[in-house]
Amino acid sequence: MSGGNALTRSAPWRGTAWAIGKLGISGRTLVIAIPMLWLLVFFLAPFFVLGRISLAEAIIARPPYTPLFERGPDGSFEIIASLENYRFLLEDALYRNAYLSSIWIALVSTIFALLIGYPIAYYIARAPEPKRSLLLLMVILPFWTSFLLRVYAWMGFLRSNGVINNTLMSLGLIDSPIQMMQTDFAVYIGIVYTYLPFMILPLYANLTKLDGALLEAAADLGASPMVTFFTVTLPLSLPGIVAGSMLVFIPAIGEYVIPALLGGPDTLMIGRVLWDEFFGSRDWPVASAVAIVMLFLVVAPIMWLQSVQNKREEG
Amino acid sequence: MAQPATACETKPWRSEAAKPFISVRNIVKRFDDFTAVSNVDLDIYKGELFCLLGESGCGKSTLLRMLAGFEQPTSGTITIDGEDMARVPPDRRPTNMMFQSYALFPHMSVEKNVAYGLLREGLPKAEAYARVAEMLRMVKLEKLARRKPDQLSGGQRQRVALARALVKKPKLLLLDEPLGALDKKLREETQFELIKIQESLGVTFIVVTHDQDEAMTLATRIGVMKDGVIEQIGEPREIYEAPNSRFVADFIGSVNLFEGKVDAAAPDLMRIETEELGAVLLPPQSGLTFGQPVWGAVRPERFALSRSKPENTPNAWQGVVEEMGYIGHMSHYRIRLDTGVLIRASQSNRLRDEDPISWDEKVWISLQPSAFRVLTR
Repeated sequence: MSGGNALTRSAPWRGTAWAIGKLGISGRTLVIAIPMLWLLVFFLAPFFVLGRISLAEAIIARPPYTPLFERGPDGSFEIIASLENYRFLLEDALYRNAYLSSIWIALVSTIFALLIGYPIAYYIARAPEPKRSLLLLMVILPFWTSFLLRVYAWMGFLRSNGVINNTLMSLGLIDSPIQMMQTDFAVYIGIVYTYLPFMILPLYANLTKLDGALLEAAADLGASPMVTFFTVTLPLSLPGIVAGSMLVFIPAIGEYVIPALLGGPDTLMIGRVLWDEFFGSRDWPVASAVAIVMLFLVVAPIMWLQSVQNKREEG
Repeated sequence: MAQPATACETKPWRSEAAKPFISVRNIVKRFDDFTAVSNVDLDIYKGELFCLLGESGCGKSTLLRMLAGFEQPTSGTITIDGEDMARVPPDRRPTNMMFQSYALFPHMSVEKNVAYGLLREGLPKAEAYARVAEMLRMVKLEKLARRKPDQLSGGQRQRVALARALVKKPKLLLLDEPLGALDKKLREETQFELIKIQESLGVTFIVVTHDQDEAMTLATRIGVMKDGVIEQIGEPREIYEAPNSRFVADFIGSVNLFEGKVDAAAPDLMRIETEELGAVLLPPQSGLTFGQPVWGAVRPERFALSRSKPENTPNAWQGVVEEMGYIGHMSHYRIRLDTGVLIRASQSNRLRDEDPISWDEKVWISLQPSAFRVLTR
């Protein structure tokens, strides 16, 4: 840039810039350093702490796990670490089932969120401008009340003497209340309801970019509206589908509050297991191992989807 | 193939008996309170390359979109090859469209884009791709069949769009500003390529354009549109030489317009009394009444310039060359008449050693009676 403003011409700034330059740090590095530092302090460091606890053994003490280093009788340092906790997770069917069931519940919820969210996103994206803003506002509106309140509201609907059962009974459609609370069904409802906006918004962002001329071109070339959807709209909205699905699937795997409040005793999800292990059994090492494994379970699908996307963009 | 022998065969619109292939009757299209197309009647014949010419917002694209079926006319009928199109959705029409933005499917290769329409017809894959290959050879894209649209240049994309629309062998091909996105040189080359393709396939084309040179070069006939109305339909020569209104005269090419009144002089001579030129003597024309306000349109090249008073015409005026532009094959002049009027005239530079008329020279400008086109609106 020619000229430059008063700030960059002032002497102290020039001195600082010169010093930073001498250290081999460019302005670009400096800008990136801020988020990097944030991630380091608040994500990577806790992750290593967690990893270190997962290698320890539970003891009754404070903190409730064995130290990593111990001074041996001959004065030497010993590192105490074992993969015992991970072996335990693998062997105990409870954890395996909890993981599988979490993935399954997250997967089913994601599919339903997609099936419900896609038409909504499509409708909003195709709506005329003033109406579009209003519809988007309605999608975001639930965020203005507490998430817990909204889950409690669902309890009011799903209870045996809740709104749904009372209505159906007074209409004479059923004789006795349907058991909806404390079932997997209620958990699905809760997750799909809660995470639906996260599906709709990326899909909407993608679908508004869809060029209407492409749909006309497809129709012009003899494609019915249905065929146009499957050959043009759907493939072009794949990035939106992937983004939305990740935003629903990932938090749904680790969901704790919804299965705890809406689910039954046999709704097995890893978030609850983690809670029980940590606060119930006070077994921090096993809880940490559970968390680490879950992290990898979540990261794996992201990596896979990322690589699929990259390949699509290259090809 | 037998060569068409008479003008009636190559120019069916000249014959009363010829049956139009596409006929548009009293078409009106309103968007809320805006009338985009108002009461248009249009007959287009098989094998024509018809250009709808007009400025943006004149309704030409709306008319094209109604032919394709993307817009429903508010009233009126469209018939293509004897079939009423009123209830026919775009995917069932015997038309294909080449979009201004090309609208190529970005997730499909060139080959798949072109095959798209054929596969929708239910053509077997092998046959469809054989036809695609043939089409791509015709537009010289066979080497790029596996590329994606974003790996192509503008000119290549334009040819993919053309191939995709043509491969279905439509009865009618609609082209919305087909050359609009190309640079000048490529546009001129492509114009003739387009005509060649159109002639070899015998498909009827309707081209929408705002570029008058393009319309003049491509078209068998031109429809000049303004404010939702077709002002004049005619062959390029007719539109240029015999415009029916001041708008058309001014829109196509360059023109000098004069305002005047009809004033009879002698039985075999009509006089137009103009403000700018004074009296202009012409052979009498039917349809004009004494005292009627009229306008005269004269193309710049229809004026003759000379240093001495011309003998062969009574319509001559004296003036001074105020500006002159030499552009090689032609020279453009602006001549200030003694009455103060500025006239645009041009001369073709036919002789190399000519001593050309230049700045500040006093010259005579004259016109033959046929050069003065009398307009009533």
